[in-house]
Amino acid sequence: MTDYIVPLLLFLVCAVALGKRENSYDILLSGAGDGLKLMVKLTPTLILLLTAVTMLRASGAVELAADFLSPVFSFFGIPPETALLVLIRPISGSAALAVGAELMTRYGVDSQIGRTAAVMLGSTETTFYTVSIYFGALGIRRTRYTLPAALLADLTGFLMAALTTRLLFS
Amino acid sequence: MVMSWIFTALVGASLLAALTLGNGSALAAAVPEGAAAGVTLALSIAGSVCLWSGVGKLMEKAGFTKALSRLLHPAVCFIFPEAKEDSVLESALCGNICANILGLGNAATPMGIRAARRLHKNDTAGDSLCRLIVLNTASLQLIPTNLAAIRVSLGCSTPFDILPAVWLTGSCSVAVGLTAAFLLGRLWKT
Repeated sequence: MTDYIVPLLLFLVCAVALGKRENSYDILLSGAGDGLKLMVKLTPTLILLLTAVTMLRASGAVELAADFLSPVFSFFGIPPETALLVLIRPISGSAALAVGAELMTRYGVDSQIGRTAAVMLGSTETTFYTVSIYFGALGIRRTRYTLPAALLADLTGFLMAALTTRLLFS
Repeated sequence: MVMSWIFTALVGASLLAALTLGNGSALAAAVPEGAAAGVTLALSIAGSVCLWSGVGKLMEKAGFTKALSRLLHPAVCFIFPEAKEDSVLESALCGNICANILGLGNAATPMGIRAARRLHKNDTAGDSLCRLIVLNTASLQLIPTNLAAIRVSLGCSTPFDILPAVWLTGSCSVAVGLTAAFLLGRLWKT
């Protein structure tokens, strides 16, 4: 059943657009071009961050950090292997993508850790970046409770990602 | 600037760990290996990213965003009381939220900023503005297509099997963020 969601969505979007006399193929083309521009921006980050994370992994630092952090993370039920992802996710979206991809490669994309990383990536946003864009654009200095509330939402996301993955996939 | 510190710290930490644990040769091998992995990943997700970017643009033109806006009207007016009297603000807010839900990041931010400008009064963030930003720092995305592209590129045959978990987690996170903003707004007067 879920197999049909994506092809059906693709067809539906094209059909509705065509029904509204939109030039759907040209719009798809120009959107795909935008995607290519996104990839041009994203690729250098992926290269740099995967270099750093692969180095971190090869040096043994990741295991050290995971051992060190595991009491805290285990207390919250979050796999300690995802520590770097949790730390980098609110700061940079493309860096988080690189770190998450490395976790999925390393532990397997359908493993508990791989899935938890995927759910974390899919259900949280780049908090610090977003906050700085909005307040920067408006020139606001007194941000009041925005950051604490946003970080609380992120923390909930990380906890729930670990919990839902455990409940739904094991 | 933050990323410069982080990158330097990551490299420094791996150097330190390799020196202590004697993993020097593995560390040296990891440099070109990691860089190559970056290119491989970029290439393997590029197709899906471009395709979905096209579909996203088509969804916008085909009126999916407008239809969704109508559905969201009551919720938007509840979270942002100012939107009841200000139709320009209302449409910017709806546009921002819809674009986030449909995963159109490029469209979401300009509309969010437009809404934020209308909510903005002085150099202190008002309650509705705080709520708007909290909402934008939480994820509302219905179908995380870039994430699915990564999973497929790593050999996953059911990239969307995580969707229920993503939706449940995302909703909890949004609910907690907004509730916290509502409660803190009562306590944290300007």
